[in-house]
Amino acid sequence: MEVYDGEFIAELETIARHIRLNSIKMIYKAGSGHPGGSLSCADILAALYFHIMKHDPKRPDWLDRDRFVLSKGHAAPALYAVLAEAGYFPIDELSSLRKMGSRLQGHPCMNKTPGVEMSTGSLGHGLAAGNGMALAAKLDRKLYRIYVLLGDGEMDVGETWEAAMLASHYKLDNVTAYIDRNKLQLDGPTEKIMSLEPLADKWKAFGWHVIEINGHNIQEIIHATNEAKGVKGRPTVVICHTIKGKGVSYMEGSLHFHGKAPNDQEYAQALKELGGAP
Amino acid sequence: MRWKMESQRKQYGKALVELGKERGDIVVLDADLSSSTRTADFAAAFPERFFNCGIAEQNMMDTAAGFAASGKTAFVSTFAVFGTGRCYDQIRQSIAYPKLNIKIVASHAGITVGGDGASHQIIEDIALMRVLPNMTVIVPVDSPETYRAVKTIAKTLGPCYVRIGRADVPTITDENAKFDINQAPVMRDGKDVTLIGCGIMVSKCLEAADELSKHGVDARVINLHTIKPMDEKTIVRAARETGCVVTAEEHSVMMGMGSAVAMVLVENFHVPMKRVGIPDVFGESGACDELMEKYGLTVDNIVEAAHDVLKRKK
Repeated sequence: MEVYDGEFIAELETIARHIRLNSIKMIYKAGSGHPGGSLSCADILAALYFHIMKHDPKRPDWLDRDRFVLSKGHAAPALYAVLAEAGYFPIDELSSLRKMGSRLQGHPCMNKTPGVEMSTGSLGHGLAAGNGMALAAKLDRKLYRIYVLLGDGEMDVGETWEAAMLASHYKLDNVTAYIDRNKLQLDGPTEKIMSLEPLADKWKAFGWHVIEINGHNIQEIIHATNEAKGVKGRPTVVICHTIKGKGVSYMEGSLHFHGKAPNDQEYAQALKELGGAP
Repeated sequence: MRWKMESQRKQYGKALVELGKERGDIVVLDADLSSSTRTADFAAAFPERFFNCGIAEQNMMDTAAGFAASGKTAFVSTFAVFGTGRCYDQIRQSIAYPKLNIKIVASHAGITVGGDGASHQIIEDIALMRVLPNMTVIVPVDSPETYRAVKTIAKTLGPCYVRIGRADVPTITDENAKFDINQAPVMRDGKDVTLIGCGIMVSKCLEAADELSKHGVDARVINLHTIKPMDEKTIVRAARETGCVVTAEEHSVMMGMGSAVAMVLVENFHVPMKRVGIPDVFGESGACDELMEKYGLTVDNIVEAAHDVLKRKK
């Protein structure tokens, strides 16, 4: 297993911190949005866009690029933050989130935002869309890979499992799914609202290669993805154990900040904790 | 019956195979009904470009979206009842909203499904599809027009819904006729009343026109094969020139083709009008003819409606 040097990992961690910081800024300025699930997936996005994926912000429609689908579309702020950080559009534009005329819609819109591969927001669609891209890649004998980020709440959706079955049936080893397993959904803990466990066993039973990691550990995210690339004949799912609201103390593990913007005081504290200026 | 009865599905299958030969970007998805929808013909000719998704229509629509986002033209088929209502969110979010190049060609629409009963007789699909922004809605009138419509939409970018039936339908168009999405063909000219039909009801409108002529009424008949975008010019001109309108559709009168025509006329040229269609009720099992009779889709129903609007005409 490749060991990445501390400096490299630290750089990606800084990017993850920027994603968190900008997500909070955007949601505060918009007055609405979903901070909890944006913060929990920041490390996964940093690793994908700044190490794992083959992509070119100057050519968002480059045919051979890897594709990323944000199935949990409500984490749009985190996606926009990483796209801006990568150079798809100016960082300044982030403050237009959810405003009239903005390219940054409340949920991702592929026809408005450069770098967004699929319009999402209604839960449970992303994996199937990713499968379509993966089938197209195989048909065209292209080597690009498809990365799909799912929320654990999306495990409630029947279509997620239809897509899981299809990916396995068609042997889509070019698909890697990440589950942001932050264990909270809007109404409460996932195990209280709709039990998901044993989640890994379910995916195994559907024919997937399953890896479980700490979703806030960049090194583990990269290692899991490398392992997935080596798996032939079946798709891989990486169950990323995360903390909802990760990085802002009062948001961590809090249901309250699933879909609510921080107030002035909370905002000031979040900035302080994430090391940013307003 | 003065017309030959032919299958729309067979022509769909034939058109798809030709498209498959002509273009490498065509992919076809079905949900375990390929032998009924006739996408099986494409599957036999191009197995590597055919994807059976099993009985999972929601998954099929989103998978098609992924294909379309990767530059493919995706044809998606199943029965109309499963290809619209069951996966409405997927069509809305992942096909219509992002304006992807996906053609939903749904068979077994309407009450003429027959014996399967109300669970399978979708009478609200035109309503569901026409209210979606970016969606084109086509109801081919017969077997040759099904072929032409499929070939045409393959060349037209964007989402499209095509509604075809299970039963064989009268062939009323010429094999060499043209199909233009923006043009509703006038099948018979007339000056007293306009009968606007779609799908199998156009042939009934033609029969009704013959019947009306016996009473000295000169009826114009329009084949409104494309409900959206609607050829408003032809509709408004007909209303202006004939002074009254009857619509006829194998669909609920709630928000189907007739309602769409009514909206156009109310805003442009208000004339007495009547909608022939299935009342606001579910269907039931039965033979096609029995069902058409019971649910008000006969030539007599159209003739009666024509007399009614003629009476109200100034």
